[in-house]
Amino acid sequence: MTDYTVELNNLIKFFGRRLIFNGINFSFSSRNVYGISGPNGSGKSTLVKIIADLISPTGGKVVHKYGERTIEPEDLHNYIGFVSPYLFLYDEFTAEENLIHSANIRGIKFNKERSDYLLGELNLFDRRKDLVRGYSSGMKQRLKFIFALLHEPQLIILDEPTSNLDNSGKEIVYKIIKEESIKNLIVIASNEDSDLHLCTEVIELEKFKKQTNK
Amino acid sequence: MKAFALYKKDWQSELRTRYAINALAMFILVTISVIMFSIGNEKITEYLTGGLLWVVIFFSAMSGLSRAFVSEEERGTTMTLHLLASPSTIFSGKLIFNLLLVFLMNFVITFLFSILFTSFIVKNIALFAIAFLFGNIGIAISSTIIAAIISKASSKGTLYPVLSFPILLPLILTLLELTKFSMDGNSISGSLVEIFVLICYDVIMGTASYLLFDFIWKE
Repeated sequence: MTDYTVELNNLIKFFGRRLIFNGINFSFSSRNVYGISGPNGSGKSTLVKIIADLISPTGGKVVHKYGERTIEPEDLHNYIGFVSPYLFLYDEFTAEENLIHSANIRGIKFNKERSDYLLGELNLFDRRKDLVRGYSSGMKQRLKFIFALLHEPQLIILDEPTSNLDNSGKEIVYKIIKEESIKNLIVIASNEDSDLHLCTEVIELEKFKKQTNK
Repeated sequence: MKAFALYKKDWQSELRTRYAINALAMFILVTISVIMFSIGNEKITEYLTGGLLWVVIFFSAMSGLSRAFVSEEERGTTMTLHLLASPSTIFSGKLIFNLLLVFLMNFVITFLFSILFTSFIVKNIALFAIAFLFGNIGIAISSTIIAAIISKASSKGTLYPVLSFPILLPLILTLLELTKFSMDGNSISGSLVEIFVLICYDVIMGTASYLLFDFIWKE
């Protein structure tokens, strides 16, 4: 089984003059669940966005490796599954259409079998042909998991994975996290104790607030 | 193929939401009606009609083509696209969508001009077709990259025409010249300099857009 690793090398992020974090050095590897925690505004979402190459750090770099091969930024999206409250799917499409379009845009064949399996696992199979516009926030959150897992990514980033979910939704998500962690790398940004309970190691972002001369 | 899949997604989305099509259709209808009311029974020259054609096309492009990226930003789906494809795929997909929209829009505008304005007489149709083809490609490329830039700004509405004007001005001026030539019945060989300028504009804008898009797209 090929290992997926992510190395954070001296990451620094400023928003304007405000320091978010400074000097994060860390290494993530497959078959582990890592947590990122910290109070509101500590930069949890910012850090996961930087890991997913959605935004750039002010300093330092993130290196993604699949086996020995370093992944180029333009290919990174094929290896990452991302779930977050600020990720939105297309309201004017049905759940299934969203998944078909996402597979086509990725340039992979739509795997109906996997899609149906995930829709079933997350209790959305019966609503797969309904427009996302009519979904509740919890259903949208569950659909985001299917969107993130459909292409079988090696790195799964979950920013507040259980937001908007009821207890049964949370149980399903925890089951999926445990299953996926057998072969993949999972990073969870959250403050929920129950989410962080699943993690083998947790990064406390408050420790990286120290300002150095920039 | 990935870019074509993105275009298909956009087109299907457009058919359901009518973000751009309604804006373009209303704009074309209103501007041509206003021109006709203001002209009344006056006879206008061929050159003026040719000029008015590109004015309508320029402002129609302003009203509809920015939607390519602005609609993604407004719906919050920009990040979804980030997670699906590389920047070059996204730009290509949006460009294909805008090309289709520009060609559709400009066929309708040119058709309406040809039946509503008696002074819109093109003597060299081949020359006009060349100007139309490369002009539309230029408008689509420029509009797509400007749309990407303004989608990240807070004052989207005002910024689009402000940025478009200097970028599209050389294109519009060349197109005006070529339209005049085609109305005069000039030969294609006699208009090669303007055609070459048009092709160069498209190549330069296309290359610059692909090079710049990575920086514009990523926060």
